[in-house]
Amino acid sequence: MRQLCKGNVAVVKGAVLAGCRAYYGYPITPASEIAEYAALYIPEVGGTFVQAESEVASINMVYGAASTGVRVMTASSGPGLSLMQEGISYLCGSELPCVIVDVVRGGPGLGNIAPEQSDYFAMVKGGGHGNYHNLVLAPASVQEMADLTMLAFDLADRYRNPVIVLTDGFVGQMMEPIELQVSEVNPPEKPWAVKGTPETQNNLISSIYLEPDDLEKHERKLEQKYKLAQMLETRLETYMTDDAEILLVGYGIVSRVLRSAVDEARAQGLRAGLLRPITLWPFPSKALAETAARCKTVLTVEMSTGQMVEDVRLAINGKVPVELYSRIGGNVPSVEEVHARMLECAGAEV
Amino acid sequence: MAEYEIIHEKSPVFYERYERKNELQHQTHYCPGCGHGVAHKLIAEAIEELGLQERTIFVSPVGCSVFAYYYFNVGNIQAAHGRAPAAATGIKRACPDKIVISYQGDGDLAAIGTAEIVHAANRGEKITVFFINNAIYGMTGGQMAPTTMVGQASTTSPWGRRPANEGFPLHVSEMLATLEAPVYIERVALSDNKNIMKARKAVRKALELQRDGAGFSLVEILSPCPTIWKKDPVEARKWVAEKMIPVFPLGVFRDRKVEIPRIDVPQKTVAEALELCETPGQRLAPHHHGKPCTIKVAGFGGQGVLLMGIVLAEMGMREGLEVSWLPSYGPEMRSGSAHCHVCLAKERIGSPLVAHPEVLVAMNEQSLRKFAPTVAPGGLILYNRDSLPPDFAVSHARVMCLPASEIADKLGSAKVANVIMLGALLEETECMSPETAMTVIGQMVRKPELLKLNGEALHAGRVFVDHQVRVGAVSQPDGFAY
Ligand SMILES: Cc1ncc(C[n+]2csc(CCOP(=O)(O)OP(=O)(O)O)c2C)c(N)n1
Ligand code: SF4
Repeated sequence: MRQLCKGNVAVVKGAVLAGCRAYYGYPITPASEIAEYAALYIPEVGGTFVQAESEVASINMVYGAASTGVRVMTASSGPGLSLMQEGISYLCGSELPCVIVDVVRGGPGLGNIAPEQSDYFAMVKGGGHGNYHNLVLAPASVQEMADLTMLAFDLADRYRNPVIVLTDGFVGQMMEPIELQVSEVNPPEKPWAVKGTPETQNNLISSIYLEPDDLEKHERKLEQKYKLAQMLETRLETYMTDDAEILLVGYGIVSRVLRSAVDEARAQGLRAGLLRPITLWPFPSKALAETAARCKTVLTVEMSTGQMVEDVRLAINGKVPVELYSRIGGNVPSVEEVHARMLECAGAEV
Repeated sequence: MAEYEIIHEKSPVFYERYERKNELQHQTHYCPGCGHGVAHKLIAEAIEELGLQERTIFVSPVGCSVFAYYYFNVGNIQAAHGRAPAAATGIKRACPDKIVISYQGDGDLAAIGTAEIVHAANRGEKITVFFINNAIYGMTGGQMAPTTMVGQASTTSPWGRRPANEGFPLHVSEMLATLEAPVYIERVALSDNKNIMKARKAVRKALELQRDGAGFSLVEILSPCPTIWKKDPVEARKWVAEKMIPVFPLGVFRDRKVEIPRIDVPQKTVAEALELCETPGQRLAPHHHGKPCTIKVAGFGGQGVLLMGIVLAEMGMREGLEVSWLPSYGPEMRSGSAHCHVCLAKERIGSPLVAHPEVLVAMNEQSLRKFAPTVAPGGLILYNRDSLPPDFAVSHARVMCLPASEIADKLGSAKVANVIMLGALLEETECMSPETAMTVIGQMVRKPELLKLNGEALHAGRVFVDHQVRVGAVSQPDGFAY
């Protein structure tokens, strides 16, 4: 059955369908509906919802619940995610699975509540202390808000690591039709969890390794895990890239604008294509490099002053010129703007 | 000294050998005479006596007791500095029938973790907190704690704690006892055998209360730190008695049953909770196939601007279209204006933003002035007045003025102005069918009299279009879809 649903609400529906029965969070625009609908749905299906006193507390409640092996999540926006960084580092260090949604808003500081993509560095590159990675998924539609949240729970369990759903105020606030089905959830066994049972009595959840050799071993183990994720988990979508001369790269809401821009460009005879990373970490570097190699120019469009573009440049490694078109502050690039920028890039090529 | 012997006998709640330690696996890492060691023993004994070992989850803090998991043969979770009560909340809520212990020092609990302990206590989390107050930061080498006493020197209060600079020592038990939810709060001291026996009782009682599902319990334990205090173990105990107890008086600060009112949530299946069960009205409208269109609806908050957009999107979905609805949100709404973008399309929708709408519904003058210039050439503007403002002209789009708010007032409720506009929009553009509109509205409006009013409003909008005189642009520019 198709139903019209808000992006933030779809996150909660996806989470419940994925078997999430514990939510700890703190309100913030434009993510609040996630807490609000979690407060409604999760207790109705026998789970627990706690409004924490802060994002510091909510991420540590997530830490506690994840330690017991339940599927657990929280959500927030930039300022809240800043407060969660300590906890995220601990979750990675202690190898605990959980799902964290960042509905990105504008600015450093209090900024504003309009959409931006300026948390890319903080979520994709880290932001907390130590050698760790988050797996990061970037939905571009309401359906994907649900689907990628469900996937996030599976990946979190598979890698025993936090998975971030990185979205923005627009995808969170918009409504689109979605289709969801109730199906049986079979999360993997978690023999490592501390459940307060005789079988798990000897288990320990901790991120402390005092001896340098012990810590090195632990961090190498994490590193191996991350390498595996890089091999197996990159996801992306391409549109009209086969014969593209100019390749647009963008994620989330921007990729939607870029899709329209590709159509517009093609209608006017410019062979444009789109590559949209769905996983921002691991970043689809290989696919991007291969696709870009067939093009003359790459244009990255971001609602930041240029964060993902660094990964685009690393992937392409100087082989094709990489340009950036950026809008910030809550301004979303329009199809016309992108089109004009594409013409500039194409002109520069000729 | 019988008690002394008990303390030295190893409880089975401790591991046989401390194999998680790298060396000296027969002894703890605590300094001789350290209160942590004694407190551990009291807790282990109580867990044993109450038969709780197999279902206990122990949260260790950051501080000298970060390695409590070396010793306690129970489920162990190590938490970030100060966050143990939050972690314990997560654990207890996920596993309500387990015994969850948060063990914390004074830096951990009373400085960096103040918010977490206050709120865990205030929520009445059914956990037990053992709070080791040694008036100093042990692990990091003797810096000032929130419980450091006036005049007490530390590496970061070298002249002694000066209240004018550092404030006064924090009285955690007294503070938490002002809250509604906690069931048991007592302060004890590891100063001499008599007090240790009292401490033992308090520890046991706190765990017993948790076992019985009573509520939040906390035992504050005044505890010697001979190493940082630069005293031998005997002097250190004496210092607890002579210096600490006068500042932190021992006693029970809370011991009462709290009847916390429960509101049970009605349980549902996943499909019911998530509203995934199909209702007849949600099916595809069988005979109608909507036409693509991009629409912007704008006006004051309270004019049903966002809702009108949702109705349009919902209708489009039922008429087999791809749809998207994107609202303005946040402060703009609070200051009184709101708008939304609706895309109705045959194909997958790229940008959900409608920069150049084919149809603008302007419910007030402000929206008209702001968005009319952005309307696509040849587009349509529906304006909620009987005429345009005298200083305002539109040449690139058709304008239809209809005083929807006035008509709505006459119908009996200003609230249906948006439905009148909807009727006009549907009649003029024929992008979707009015029957679909009524089906969708029927799902949202349950009261029969309100539904009737909405039907009249929709009709009024359609009738107006049939009779109205067009103003503004007269030419029909090429490419206009309708
Ligand atoms: C975020 C953070 N800040 C600072 C520290 C350093 N640190 C470790 S333990 C500690 C204080 C411990 O004192 P207390 O809680 O009184 O425990 P004790 O060692 O006295 O038992 C501090 C400041 C840390 N680990 N994490
Ligand atoms: S420094 Fe103090 S608190 Fe830490 S182990 Fe030694 S005596 Fe105990």
